[in-house]
Amino acid sequence: MSLADQSPRNLRLTGLTKRYPNGFVAVKSLDLEIPQGSFFALLGPSGCGKTTTLRMVAGLEDPTAGQIHIGDQDITHARPYRRPVNTVFQSYALFPHLTIAENVAFGPKRRGVKDVEQQVKDTLELTELTEQAAKKPAQLSGGQQQRVALARALINRPEVLLLDEPLGALDLKLRRAMQIELKQLQDEVGITFVHVTHDQEEAMTMADTVAVMNAGVIEQMGSPYDLYTNPATTFVANFLGRSNLIKGTVVGREGTGADAVVKVDVYGTVVSIPAAKVHTQSNEGWVGVRPEKVLIQPAGTPIDAPGEHFSGAVVVSSSYLGVSTEYVLRMPWGGELMCFEQNTGRRGGLLAVGSSVDVSWNPKFAFLLDSSQDAGAGLEAD
Amino acid sequence: MGALQRVLLKHPAYFLIAPAALWLLVFFLFPFVSLLSTSLSDPSGSPITGYEMTFRFQNYADVLADYWPYMVRSLVYASIATLFCLILGYVLAYAIAFKAGRYKTILLVLVVAPFFTSFLVRTLSWKLILGDDGWVVGTLQALHFLPPDGRLLATPVAVVAGLIYNFLPFMILPLYASLEKIDPRLHEASLDLYANPIRTFFKVTWPLSLPGVVGGVLLTFIPAAGDFINASLLGNPNTQMVGNKIQQLFTTAGDYPHAAALSVILMAIIVVMVLFYVRRAGTEDLV
Repeated sequence: MSLADQSPRNLRLTGLTKRYPNGFVAVKSLDLEIPQGSFFALLGPSGCGKTTTLRMVAGLEDPTAGQIHIGDQDITHARPYRRPVNTVFQSYALFPHLTIAENVAFGPKRRGVKDVEQQVKDTLELTELTEQAAKKPAQLSGGQQQRVALARALINRPEVLLLDEPLGALDLKLRRAMQIELKQLQDEVGITFVHVTHDQEEAMTMADTVAVMNAGVIEQMGSPYDLYTNPATTFVANFLGRSNLIKGTVVGREGTGADAVVKVDVYGTVVSIPAAKVHTQSNEGWVGVRPEKVLIQPAGTPIDAPGEHFSGAVVVSSSYLGVSTEYVLRMPWGGELMCFEQNTGRRGGLLAVGSSVDVSWNPKFAFLLDSSQDAGAGLEAD
Repeated sequence: MGALQRVLLKHPAYFLIAPAALWLLVFFLFPFVSLLSTSLSDPSGSPITGYEMTFRFQNYADVLADYWPYMVRSLVYASIATLFCLILGYVLAYAIAFKAGRYKTILLVLVVAPFFTSFLVRTLSWKLILGDDGWVVGTLQALHFLPPDGRLLATPVAVVAGLIYNFLPFMILPLYASLEKIDPRLHEASLDLYANPIRTFFKVTWPLSLPGVVGGVLLTFIPAAGDFINASLLGNPNTQMVGNKIQQLFTTAGDYPHAAALSVILMAIIVVMVLFYVRRAGTEDLV
């Protein structure tokens, strides 16, 4: 089937819902369109419904309501073995009684593809498994098994490849290496990848688009850059990276167009927030700023960047991490503020615990979130 | 003592296998040697006066000539019973392993429950169930599956049915053990890779359950081939199995040498069949 002469085969979920017999709603009326050929990540803590969503797309779970389309083909209730979709399972689920080559040939053989052997050879080459072809899965390392799972799915050239925490079982170093490999592979084969993970770094490294999922709904969707710099909810602000959230009261608006800002009073200091980063209608809100955007300097010395200025902060603790230092500051109003500082060495040492510091941040990095949301949402999760 | 101690400390495995080895020596090897020697003795003696060991291979020729139909019947009955046990047992073990949910344990207990009653009592109760006045025969006659004067008790059907009933748990348990170990995600992976449920069964489930199939078939076939209780309680003189003949030769006729020769032949046939079967099933290749 040639895809070039057709309308794009986007994966489209419409009102997709999964309610279990015990009443638990794992996925609540999900609407999502994933462009053909993109690398899409569903990110969320365990139990947020991301794996259930994936299983519904694979056909291993029956949706309670809603539709799944690829292009204009409705696959909502198609049997799993009749969908142009393949899955890389979390535990790989390799067939232990078959060799690596037989595992990889499983899909093409069931479909009656001609020239299976050549395809297997090519796929093993692509995934650098040629030398393992005659071995059984139990004889392979975790990283190799992961590649077999990938090869076994990719050989079928599915329209959509589903990856269910595919790197979860690997150690950190191997995981980083595989992330890069996966991303390169996706560029090469051009198949739509839908990647489910609870690792925000993994999602950001690989995906073009990330959807942050929580309690069965998508909280926010966008490029890693947009999600990180402009989170729309406290859950996203905390789950994707870390955030300082400080209570503030809206006192006014200034400017128009791209320069429009909202003025917010934070314990007596008025700060500006770009209107595009304001996600609340009410007069109260959480002023958010990422820890690495917070600049500090010993009290009284000038801060070499313009911005919102707070004085009277005290260093409560510091963690030296080599490349950076993480400070926790006690602000004059009693709250704490996190500050991550690159160890550029310009100050020639660390700030001592107990010392007084001035704090500032550039207004364009701040965001404002709805005060009715829990400032701790997404913190305890994974 | 010192040398022995050193060996045992270095190879504690010898310590651990010692009790079992001793047990086998006393209760298997000695009796087996005695059986072999009896089978080659002159049958002109008696159980009371004893038999003289004369390397009389004629005993083997005698029992083969006299009792080969019983031998064949035993193997045929045991094969049919094993086949039925495999089919019935596989379905049940599959259901318990994958579909039973929280009833798994209860169902397993029910499989083992018949062992709480004696083998003999259970077989005797089949006599009542299959009896000419029983409801089974009545129902089958009413449905015209049996002619009006047809019967079940004292037929080959009853003997094989008894064998199936008595050895079914020995089939189910090993099958369950190997089916239960199969990761259900392998089924999902197979479905995901374009195999429909039937192909998934033959390409994934069945090969992975082979260790249980081999174990179950051995545990069913071997005792069934040597059984005599079912044939004597549920059969007639024309359904007697080799076990019945061995028992009669030992207890009624008091002809120990011929009984021993028949036992050795049965044992040899079973060992050869098992070796052939295990090789064919290729158990060493299985994970």
